[in-house]
Amino acid sequence: MGDPINLISRWFNDLLLGWGVAENLVKVISLAIGATIVATLSLATVIALIWVERKIAGRLQDRPGPNRAGPYGLFQPFADIIKIFTKEITIPDGADHVAFNIAPVLALGSVLLIWAVIPFAATVVGANINVGVLYIVAVGSFGVVAVLMAGWSSNNKFALLGSFRAVAQMVSYEVPMVIALLTPVLLARSMGLNDIVAAQTPWFIIVAPLAALIFLITSMAEVGRAPFDLLEAESEIVAGFHTEYSGMGFGAFYVSEFLHVWTIGALIATFFLGGWSGPGVETLPVLGILYFYLKTFIGYFVVTWIRLSLPRVRIDQLLAFNWKFLTPLSLAVLIVTAILDKALELAAVERWAYALMMLAANLIIGWATVLILKAIEPKRKRQRVEFTPRPIAVAPKSVDNVSSR
Amino acid sequence: MISLSWYLIFAAALFSIGLYGVLARKNAIAILMGIELMLNAVNINLVAFWRYGDLARIAGQAFAVIVFAVAAAEVAVGLALVISIYRRRNTVAAEEIDLMKW
Amino acid sequence: MSGLEIFFLVVAVVTLVAALLVVTTPNLVHAALWLILALFGVAATFVLLNATFLAVVQVVVYIGAIAVLMIFAIMLTRRVMKDSGPQTNSNWVWAALLGLALFGGLTFVLLHSDAAGVSLPALSAHADPLAQLGQELVSPNAYVIPFELASVLLLAAMIGAIVVAWKN
Repeated sequence: MGDPINLISRWFNDLLLGWGVAENLVKVISLAIGATIVATLSLATVIALIWVERKIAGRLQDRPGPNRAGPYGLFQPFADIIKIFTKEITIPDGADHVAFNIAPVLALGSVLLIWAVIPFAATVVGANINVGVLYIVAVGSFGVVAVLMAGWSSNNKFALLGSFRAVAQMVSYEVPMVIALLTPVLLARSMGLNDIVAAQTPWFIIVAPLAALIFLITSMAEVGRAPFDLLEAESEIVAGFHTEYSGMGFGAFYVSEFLHVWTIGALIATFFLGGWSGPGVETLPVLGILYFYLKTFIGYFVVTWIRLSLPRVRIDQLLAFNWKFLTPLSLAVLIVTAILDKALELAAVERWAYALMMLAANLIIGWATVLILKAIEPKRKRQRVEFTPRPIAVAPKSVDNVSSR
Repeated sequence: MISLSWYLIFAAALFSIGLYGVLARKNAIAILMGIELMLNAVNINLVAFWRYGDLARIAGQAFAVIVFAVAAAEVAVGLALVISIYRRRNTVAAEEIDLMKW
Repeated sequence: MSGLEIFFLVVAVVTLVAALLVVTTPNLVHAALWLILALFGVAATFVLLNATFLAVVQVVVYIGAIAVLMIFAIMLTRRVMKDSGPQTNSNWVWAALLGLALFGGLTFVLLHSDAAGVSLPALSAHADPLAQLGQELVSPNAYVIPFELASVLLLAAMIGAIVVAWKN
């Protein structure tokens, strides 16, 4: 009773079987329908997200945000969509047509594919594969390829520069991200996403807060949103790798970026906030979907909040932050977590004591990191630049020596 | 049922194509691509032998994992060499890198 | 023909065509993009062989790292991007003949071996190849030494690549 989605799918399967459709075909049909629903739902979420994000941005910047089309500006995204659909699609001269047109599709697909393994509720999972975490990392690499293709095929220097930046950033931030993801895998003893969710008593954000923090930072860099939006730094390289795209080509990149942020929220919810778990899910598994979406929204809101609050970092700061700070820290967290987890398991401590000690270990690592950073980094005094007032206009010198030549 | 020889013939074809690429291509990076194809063909064979052999022994998959590591190492060093050579000699054609040749 | 057989044939044909284009396309960036498709086809083959872990690792390592590195290297050695002349050396006829001969010979041997008669052992539901692989890779009785050697090799390659590509 508590699981209408599986009930419907079973009823549908029985119906098809009753009509005399072959069993394998029924399986294929129901999987195809499920995939379509998940993909469509994710894309439909983006419509709402565009409104939500613009509203949040407006409120944080002390302005009302969209408020003209419909009540509370709710129809604003539809106006945007109609606008983007009616725009002319231009392909630059000398562009590589096939690669140019495939790239946005690939970018959107790489994000959509992640949703195939995300558990919405205990029983509502697209594909509960046992290598779920690796799958997420693997699918993300198609996004890198899409960015490279878009930048190269546009036949535009800014696009190529943007895609170089993007790939350097995405590839290097993938290292601490994967290491940070190993911590929940290690704690849950499984790479399947549903097992990770089921293992979260208490939530992993308490057991492994540093891993959660590293994952949040690195996945923001992976999407390339402020403060890591160097790949489309408007003031430096026009719009980065999608400079030459217009109409729905640009729309696909735009949607994939929004969806990626939402997906990060979903991943944070799944890995660190307990996914679908919450009070009452044992008796009514469908409640899990509600909890999952609530937690996803929390993750999404945090990412948006950071995006709107922080300025863009420099490229050397970006890379130094990754290689000198995040990667060593994530390795330290992983090693300490592994050793402590095994030791506490052998000592057979209570669950709450286990969580507390894990939390304490994480806090100690964080504190030690801050101390080390302070010791290594020489204290830079902010230098005051002497300002000598200059007159705005200077009287011209005598014009004689100019005219004599 | 897909028989084992299908996989083996598929891998043989992939290996031969890779071999052609290694022997015929001018560009050093293209030669590396050919090597990647050959390594992949070998991996298909290893995994196919695991699947059709004794499933209790995982040797085929373990070998494939080692091949992945070797392929990654090979590409990292190979591309570093290519870029280094390009900086010094301004070419990546394998024929023109003949300083050590008499 | 069963669905799986059709799927295998489609994957094999796509992979082989992509591989052929990798070694014949004059444009190197296109060759790298075709390489991505060929590597993806190999990943699909791994899925057909029930080696999901290897399939996913194939995508992570080959497409996410190796292919992207290749495209990077191609773009950094920029003069090549404009090369539109023949990308094959003078020996390409011999190379093609050698490749064909190798393929013919291997196929001949394989068709006359007993590989065609090997039956597919059923995967038992409770045995998890992934857990087994993980255990054996770090088990002292199995593959821990090759595994550790591979990690040392990777470290050496990483340092070597940095030293070789260093600007001075």
